[in-house]
Amino acid sequence: MADKTLLKGTEAMAEAALRAGCQVYFGYPITPQSELIEYMAKRMPEIGRTFLQAESEVAAVNMIYGAACTGTRVMTSTSSPGFSLMMEGVSYIAGAVLPAVFINVVRGGPGLGDIQPAQSDYFQGTKGGGHGDYRLIVLSPATIQEAVNMMFDAFDLADRYLNPVLIIADGLLGQMMEPVELPDFLMPDRMPNHDSWALRGKGTRKKHSVTSFDLDPLKLEEMNLANFEKYRKIQQKEVRYEEYLMDDAEVAFVAYGTMGRILKTTIRMAREAGIKAGMIRPITLWPFPEKPIQEAAKKVKMVMSVEMSMGQMVEDVRLAVSGKVPTPFYGRTGGVVPTPTEVFEALKREWEAIV
Amino acid sequence: MNGKVAFKRPDSLTAKEFTYCPGCLHGVAHRLVAEVLDELKLTGQTIMVAPVGCSVFAYEFFDVDGTVAPHGRATAVATGIKRSLPDRVVFTYQGDGDLAAIGTAETIHTANRGEKITTIFINNAIYGMTGGQMAPTSLVGMKTTTSPYGRNADSEGYPIHVCELLQNLNGVAYLERVSLLTPKDIIAAKKGIKKAFTAQARGLGYSLIEIVSTCPTNWGLSPVESLEWAKQKMLPEFPLKVFIDKVGDVK
Amino acid sequence: MSLSGKKYHSTIISGFGGQGVMLIGQTLTYAAMTEKLHVTWIPSYGPEMRGGTANCTVVIDEEPIGSPVIDRPTDVIAMNIPSLLKFEKCILPGGTLLLNTSVIDREPTRTDIHVYRVNAGEIAGKIGNDKVANMVILGAFCGITGVLSLESVQHAMEKKLAGKKPELLEMNVRALQAGKIAIEGQ
Repeated sequence: MADKTLLKGTEAMAEAALRAGCQVYFGYPITPQSELIEYMAKRMPEIGRTFLQAESEVAAVNMIYGAACTGTRVMTSTSSPGFSLMMEGVSYIAGAVLPAVFINVVRGGPGLGDIQPAQSDYFQGTKGGGHGDYRLIVLSPATIQEAVNMMFDAFDLADRYLNPVLIIADGLLGQMMEPVELPDFLMPDRMPNHDSWALRGKGTRKKHSVTSFDLDPLKLEEMNLANFEKYRKIQQKEVRYEEYLMDDAEVAFVAYGTMGRILKTTIRMAREAGIKAGMIRPITLWPFPEKPIQEAAKKVKMVMSVEMSMGQMVEDVRLAVSGKVPTPFYGRTGGVVPTPTEVFEALKREWEAIV
Repeated sequence: MNGKVAFKRPDSLTAKEFTYCPGCLHGVAHRLVAEVLDELKLTGQTIMVAPVGCSVFAYEFFDVDGTVAPHGRATAVATGIKRSLPDRVVFTYQGDGDLAAIGTAETIHTANRGEKITTIFINNAIYGMTGGQMAPTSLVGMKTTTSPYGRNADSEGYPIHVCELLQNLNGVAYLERVSLLTPKDIIAAKKGIKKAFTAQARGLGYSLIEIVSTCPTNWGLSPVESLEWAKQKMLPEFPLKVFIDKVGDVK
Repeated sequence: MSLSGKKYHSTIISGFGGQGVMLIGQTLTYAAMTEKLHVTWIPSYGPEMRGGTANCTVVIDEEPIGSPVIDRPTDVIAMNIPSLLKFEKCILPGGTLLLNTSVIDREPTRTDIHVYRVNAGEIAGKIGNDKVANMVILGAFCGITGVLSLESVQHAMEKKLAGKKPELLEMNVRALQAGKIAIEGQ
């Protein structure tokens, strides 16, 4: 094992983002991600990067849009109500085909909600949230090490596909401490080259324009179709998930992020009690790992979704399973984190109902 | 014949024809900005941010790199560009609804940060592109499609004076209200625009030029009547003045 | 299939704000990292944040850790009475309850767990600083569980307290050792 550092989730993600080449950060304080923006405020000037606290999330996301127009690696972090405010800009960034990285440290909602860990922004992240036909690439880490590695992946995906990438975390991952191995700083020659479209002043070339805009519906349709061709490629190539003890599983859990991690303990409890449980843990929430769930539905007796919400991802799970086996759901809402034992009890109830 | 060019399109404008209404002064404002960019030799290093409003296509008319911001967010977008590329020249071009209603927070905070960008602010007291609705700068009593009985100060408040609001912010390096209502005003406006870009080029802070303008189409007046109306009604409400000048004399 | 590896410990450390429970947990976590074990630390979360106790959960294992959220811990360190009342019932049968008897003047009710008692306040007072009571408790916990060596805990503590006065550091080291001695024979 290489040398590890003990870091909080928020700090680890911030440091990893800088090592992944984030040059510019704009953000606005909101609990429970304020440690991330504070880390950036302290660290970025030390290494010659640019940090700015905006006057609102609305301003922050538009600063991101501006920075993304220049082809600079840029990101922000926020929490649920703040991400709602950013929706306008996210839609523009997706429409203008620009790379940017967002972290939503999700908290309990709706409305002001609370500041506890939740997963109730799944719909907002994966189904739109902003206006118009667009998709975000949505990633969700279960451990701090995965979150660290994911920052590199997020910037790479954003730059490769010229699309905003959203990392959905939660307050538990943000506050947790765990030893992590931090990758080295990305060398400048590994950074993307966006010379063909970025706004940097035209110099002696022809001018560049970046917009999300065409008043001619046929041309706008063409732009959207091109974007959806890109999304099709993303669905083919970029699905990421973890299979946990699925080889002999009779019950497949589906859970992501912190919930996916908590379930590993539930699964061990279930197996000690003679229920062969396993898990498919989506790492990309969009594109959703539909195929592995479809395949699992052919072998298992039940596909059970567990979320820190009233049931949002479960709709995608049910689409994938298409009625082949029962698809029960267990969740807690409002910032309540289900415990391993509690989920185990829920599993037993569902299991007894079908066997 | 040994001809001499007496008048030509500035290099900083494209050959695309303006799509503005007859008598609209956006074309004049565009030309002045383009002439200043030419004269200061900034064209190649300039990035512009067009707004949502009549001038949403401005990025097509200027021969510089450019984008369109969401409604009201132009100075936030410009901030993102400038902070990423501090040695470039960045300007926003915004109307009164964009800058002084939906984008008020962005306007004030960009100015307060002394963001080294330039804003060209067209004030014609009405929303043009959406069809003549009330603007934050509409005059008291002014009839618009959303104040059909005339703007009533009791319920809709008073016209907002952007320069007077911004003049107390330390981050502002150059702030002037000009107009395009007479040839003399146009010459003065160009001088102000040049100072605003000079303030940015010298890294002095935020600069904003408010241009008192007209909207013949939505005011329901001919172009000539519009100029007269603006002189009679707009200028008493929005007096022309240099509010802040940290630039000094410019050649 | 076993729940976890041989060195598995899931520990809830709970007390009043100001008793240094977060520091106990973080020091333990850091020490586990230096011993190349898997470890997670989480502070109180969810509804638990209301209700008078501050607590954190540390999970240590030689296998990758599943849930960092623990409702049935192997060990509980209770620094005050509310913590005893709240967490005694959660401990896995055969698990460990470590009580800070300088604050807790009542007895636990479970008979299927191992109970250890340390008067951390009195020991800390003898060392010369009431504030090192948390390190007395940490030393005792290391002695009980044997999951981490006192050396690596001491090293972790030095790291956490880097920049503090040398005499304070020295007192903390003595507190750790005194805590370990205090549970000998229990």
